[in-house]
Amino acid sequence: MNDAIAQGGPTGFETTYLKRQLKRVEREKKLVAFGLMLPALLYMVANFVVPVGVILFKSVDDRGVSTVLHRTSAAIADWAGGELPDESVYAALVADLKKSEPARTTHIAAKRLNSAKTGYQALLKQTARRVSKMDAIAPGAAKETLLGIDKRWADSAYWATIKRTANPVTPVYLLSAVDLTLNEGGDIVRSPEYMRVYNKVWVRTFWMSTIITLLCLAMGYPVAYEMAHARPRVANVMIVLVLVPFWTSLLVRTTAWVVLLQNEGVLNDFGLWAGWWAERVQLIHNRFGVYVAMSHILLPFMVLPLYAIMRRIPPDYMRAAKSLGANPLAAFLKVYVPLTRHGVGAGALFVFILAAGFYVTPELVGGSRDQMISYFIAFYADETLNWGAAAALSALLLLLTAAMFFLMNVLFGINKMKMQ
Amino acid sequence: MNDQEFVRFVEVQKTFDGETLVVKDLSFSMRKGEFLTLLGPSGSGKTTTLLMLAGFERPTGGDIHLDGQPLSRVPSHKRDLGMVFQDYALFPHMNVFENVAFPLGIRKLPKTEIGTKVASVLEIVKLAGFEDRRPNQLSGGQQQRVALARALVFGPRLVLMDEPLGALDKQLREQMQLEIKHIQEDLGITVVYVTHDQQEALTMSDRIAVFNEGRVYQLDTPDELYENPRNSFVAQFIGENNRLSGAVSGLTGELCEVELDGGGRVKALPVNVGEVGSRTQLSVRPERVAIDGDVREDANRLDARIEELIYQGDTTRVRLRLACGVDDFVVKLTNTRRQELHPVGAPVSVVFSAEDCRALDEP
Repeated sequence: MNDAIAQGGPTGFETTYLKRQLKRVEREKKLVAFGLMLPALLYMVANFVVPVGVILFKSVDDRGVSTVLHRTSAAIADWAGGELPDESVYAALVADLKKSEPARTTHIAAKRLNSAKTGYQALLKQTARRVSKMDAIAPGAAKETLLGIDKRWADSAYWATIKRTANPVTPVYLLSAVDLTLNEGGDIVRSPEYMRVYNKVWVRTFWMSTIITLLCLAMGYPVAYEMAHARPRVANVMIVLVLVPFWTSLLVRTTAWVVLLQNEGVLNDFGLWAGWWAERVQLIHNRFGVYVAMSHILLPFMVLPLYAIMRRIPPDYMRAAKSLGANPLAAFLKVYVPLTRHGVGAGALFVFILAAGFYVTPELVGGSRDQMISYFIAFYADETLNWGAAAALSALLLLLTAAMFFLMNVLFGINKMKMQ
Repeated sequence: MNDQEFVRFVEVQKTFDGETLVVKDLSFSMRKGEFLTLLGPSGSGKTTTLLMLAGFERPTGGDIHLDGQPLSRVPSHKRDLGMVFQDYALFPHMNVFENVAFPLGIRKLPKTEIGTKVASVLEIVKLAGFEDRRPNQLSGGQQQRVALARALVFGPRLVLMDEPLGALDKQLREQMQLEIKHIQEDLGITVVYVTHDQQEALTMSDRIAVFNEGRVYQLDTPDELYENPRNSFVAQFIGENNRLSGAVSGLTGELCEVELDGGGRVKALPVNVGEVGSRTQLSVRPERVAIDGDVREDANRLDARIEELIYQGDTTRVRLRLACGVDDFVVKLTNTRRQELHPVGAPVSVVFSAEDCRALDEP
């Protein structure tokens, strides 16, 4: 009988034993959880972490000169500039070119050098061809030989270019993504006037994404409110209506707007017929068209988090506010809106991030002055194959997105949007 | 106006679907300073009645008057009512001070006055020093006190409470019942209180309105409801009750005689019965019955057999089978150390006086 009467807490020995038992049980649970997540984890690594890592690497990757001309790159590191480099550097270049010509890699270094100093491509290729045809060059004669091939090897500016590009890592792509560049001395300076395009595009991307986010908020908030407060059957129908655009291809939705908005389109015909305007109005291939199409496409991303939050706000809060004397508007502004703060933050973040990375829609319904940063990323990746530039813009876009996340988190506490 | 009819319901009706009435022709009034409880099972219309008084639901018929003023055109924020909700409905984005100050800020009171009023009401609910806490940092009982303070701080004409203690555990609930009751008495406020817990209603109320199926079955003081239920629903709903069905076989002066369905006759108090021959249900409280007791002249005596003894600490409940066939007849005996109980299966007789046996309507 006495066994059934509690004898106080466990002793020290018993607690260590209990802790060990607990740990054992927890470890099994953790293993199972990890096992369940493993496929998704591997998928994430293969399809997200690796590509993003590669892109980030590409944005600073500059191995063209340092791999093809690796002896030269090493030798020139000690050169202080000013006067011509000494014989050993010339000899290293000759040795590099003798190797690169049969391996057909000269053009890689030539292209990279040319982008830093025009005319370098021809110079390097020609020199390489000539050098490769010569027999072994006597020690101490390398400088003489090269000067014999081309007088430009007596210009220290060409050597300075090699030294500048010999580093396997370069900030140039990232700098040029914000309209900066390195001058011949290696200082950061503004890009030449004709090359300053990106800052304008960054500001435009940020501005347009903000406007679209605000449009989605203005349209989505009342919809989510109605959905959250409608009878369950009506609410279900509304959810389906909100989701239908989700189930339609982005391209289809965008081209539908083209059909509606174009000069010979449905809206223009109707407007003329109804007498709203006297001649056809430009509704597409301008900013207006982009705002209309993109806020439509992104609206569900605003509505759904708002709905999720609003549905969990018990009606008693509004009732309490009213019973305490707040008129419906005051109750809404002082009680309801603050309670939806996390949902507003989450929705705004979704919409903003997606909008900032949008490509297809602005491309199809926007004009040339409505293109956002993704247009230029696609341009470099698809057309000029300038991976460095594409990667640098992508990396900055990623940075902008991350910055936005932290900003929204501070403002709205999105990580508090927990499911109850 | 008229303090006796401070709140007045006049034939109030409410339907949500246009087919069934959730509240049927409700008429009652309450005086200023009264603690009135609306008690009933869920779905009986008590919460709907409260919501109509608060202005969150509109009556589909009749009218409600507060202090002589009809409320039908007064929106809830102009009714000047404090309300306490079951889940407290404290604003989670505000701390205790801001929650309690909310009705004062809405009324645009000066800052200093808000400060003193909030401080004094937090003193009353024993939460001074908790001003900076968020609702989620408080226990259930503390949250309930904040909700109460918020409903009291602006001196409302009426305080409404919708099952405010429903989420608390039993011990805390009983403690809060008394606290709320004392605050109500000290401040002289008028309270309409909704609950489905009859013990809570009996503890706190000046009067109780027993709701069932959209009607008030009886509106009376707690002791009247228990001692003198006027219909079988109230007799059954408030406290423990033994039911015996039968037909009225005779009316003699102040008593009537009832022929039980399974045989046997008892004398009863005719409270809610018709002519001789009409059906009736008798109500006898378990503690008003003796086993093998002295038989007085006018007492009823029925043969029975003990089916079950249930020990409950202060009392023992004895379940018996009567000769008429009823097998859930319960007698409650107060336990003393020296008493001897009959064993299960023993043939006994149950004895109760005619005054303690109320002949009510057949439900």
